[in-house]
Amino acid sequence: MSNGNGQSGLVKWIDERLPVFTFMQHELNDYPTPKNLSYWWNFGSLAGFVLVVMIVTGIMLAMNYTPHVDYAFDSVERIMRDVNYGWLLRYIHMNGGSMFFIVVYIHIFRGLYYGSYKSPRELLWMLGVIILILMMATAFMGYVLPWGQMSFWGATVITNLFSAIPLIGEDVVTWLWGGFAVENPTLNRFYSLHYLFPFLIVGVVVLHMVALHTTKSNNPLGIDAKGPQDTIPFHPYYTMKDYFGIGVFLIFFAGFVFFAPNFFGEPDNYIEADPLVTPPHIVPEWYFLPYYAILRAFTEDYFLYVPISWLMSAKLAGVIAMFGSIFVLFALPWLDTSPVRSARFRPIYKQFFWLFLINCFILGVVGAKAPDDQVFTWFEGFQYVHLGQITTAYYFFHFLILFPLLGKLERPKPIPKSISEPVLPGGGTVAAGAAAKPMEKA
Amino acid sequence: MADAAAAGGGAGHDEDVTRRDFLYIATGAFGVVGTAIALWPFVDSMNPSADTLALSTIEVDISGVEEGQSITVKWRGKPVFIRRRTQDEISEAESVALTELPDPQADEDRVQKAEWLIMVGVCTHLGCIPLGQKASDKKGDFGGWFCPCHGSHYDTSGRIRKGPAPENLPVPQYTFLDDTTVRIG
Ligand code: HEM
Ligand code: FES
Repeated sequence: MSNGNGQSGLVKWIDERLPVFTFMQHELNDYPTPKNLSYWWNFGSLAGFVLVVMIVTGIMLAMNYTPHVDYAFDSVERIMRDVNYGWLLRYIHMNGGSMFFIVVYIHIFRGLYYGSYKSPRELLWMLGVIILILMMATAFMGYVLPWGQMSFWGATVITNLFSAIPLIGEDVVTWLWGGFAVENPTLNRFYSLHYLFPFLIVGVVVLHMVALHTTKSNNPLGIDAKGPQDTIPFHPYYTMKDYFGIGVFLIFFAGFVFFAPNFFGEPDNYIEADPLVTPPHIVPEWYFLPYYAILRAFTEDYFLYVPISWLMSAKLAGVIAMFGSIFVLFALPWLDTSPVRSARFRPIYKQFFWLFLINCFILGVVGAKAPDDQVFTWFEGFQYVHLGQITTAYYFFHFLILFPLLGKLERPKPIPKSISEPVLPGGGTVAAGAAAKPMEKA
Repeated sequence: MADAAAAGGGAGHDEDVTRRDFLYIATGAFGVVGTAIALWPFVDSMNPSADTLALSTIEVDISGVEEGQSITVKWRGKPVFIRRRTQDEISEAESVALTELPDPQADEDRVQKAEWLIMVGVCTHLGCIPLGQKASDKKGDFGGWFCPCHGSHYDTSGRIRKGPAPENLPVPQYTFLDDTTVRIG
């Protein structure tokens, strides 16, 4: 089907009344895409793919799931044992949650490395952060549904976070629970919202795509496409590349589903919820571990909390820091003062980027450990709380101090005049004057 | 002449705008208030329902609890700790200076009979159930209860001493009906 003219009679009839075909032609076929995108640009379409997988498996699970404290656990076990392919649906859904976060975290770090959050893509980035928050809420509520020990205690701990709000905290928590503890009303509303939120995500993803197609894709060089010589049509080049990526991803995904379906899970969640017994060691799902470490880094007796101890309780400080660690992403486009997007041309930022990534991994490890465990056997007295405090401090230092300062202090490397320039002599057809502008707002 | 007409027209126009502005704002305000009121039932429907609220009380037989033993009972979906304290635990709880406590409260204000410590066994940090009810449990640095979730230590009066929890374990309303029965709630 070529541009408009080649449309068949029926397609043309519809298109004149509802221009869906023109729209698809424009956004999926012709959409001019920088020709130098690397595989790091596959993760957006992968995320969209996983979202569809989650919705489809979720709807199938919902046909057999019972949202009641007396039946929820058993209904999930019934799905596992008696429902035809129920085990497959559940394992896809369960591991799909983890896959979703792997893909989205890579997608986000890609953005951090190549400066995809900078002008003019601020709103595109912020919509992404909203998707992340909605995903977290969805995954959190989904994890409660099988009503195992971790479901119950995870829900208890996280909903209790809101009790840190001054004055109205307790009322808010009671309202969230619909009772005086996590009980049947809580399970019911979580189910209702777990069903709803993925569709909200779909809505925000649509806006994310509209913003993307308005500003167009960033690329590994972080400079704007200067003309047709710098771009290729989305179809067939990137459709094929995205399909290939999905193929590779499916091998990875299937590896877990079929060979290690409980790799990301906690054995305790196969014990039915017991409101009178807290498991000795509560851990959230892996994708929440860094935030959990930040939450626990604020304790009465250590340095992180001391400077703000006159202002608020340690509990409130931990909660604010935890939410702040995500909300700070909204401000990133304005915290980063460097006009250069790609870390390729930012020698110092590039190093801090990797340091930040490592720091996030360490936060994840800290989140999985008990606070007063020893970090090293040979270094008496250095506990995971301490490591968590150092890494939490670095997390915020990176965003609040480093980003604003680096843009001013760092001397970027020379930036290519155009995407084509490094590979085509003269960089295609760009006029010398236009190309000479050193730091094109591109 | 032209000026006067323009001025007159202008003034008339201004007046119109003012009246319209008023109507516009009044309608808007009415709409906002109306919507907020209409929203309330939706919000409130998520609060505890009448059957959940129907306040339950329980009566517990404590005759079988020996000195140094604890039992856990469920009240309003939450565990209540009932501990028959030893003399050592009582004197330790009573001897602490209030200035040492993050949430200062004298032991005598937390019990009706010094021997019986009754409190809601829900950590005031984020709601886990502290360990310490069983003899084999880890009891923390102050010999009372220890919350494994984020490491809060409670003393033999259930008061917070160390860790992220901000408050002492809460004491529910209770009455001793006789020497061996207590009603909670
Ligand atoms: C953004 C997409 C979604 C995410 C990230 C997500 C995440 C999760 C997670 C982590 C679990 C717990 C799995 C386990 O440990 O057993 C779960 C369970 C569940 N989800 Fe979803 N979900 C999504 C979409 C949906 C949708 C759209 C539906 C329904 C239409 C749904 C229905 C269910 C049901 C019924 C369960 C309970 C069964 C079970 O635990 O396996 N989910 N979800
Ligand atoms: S819930 Fe007890 S220390 Fe956090």
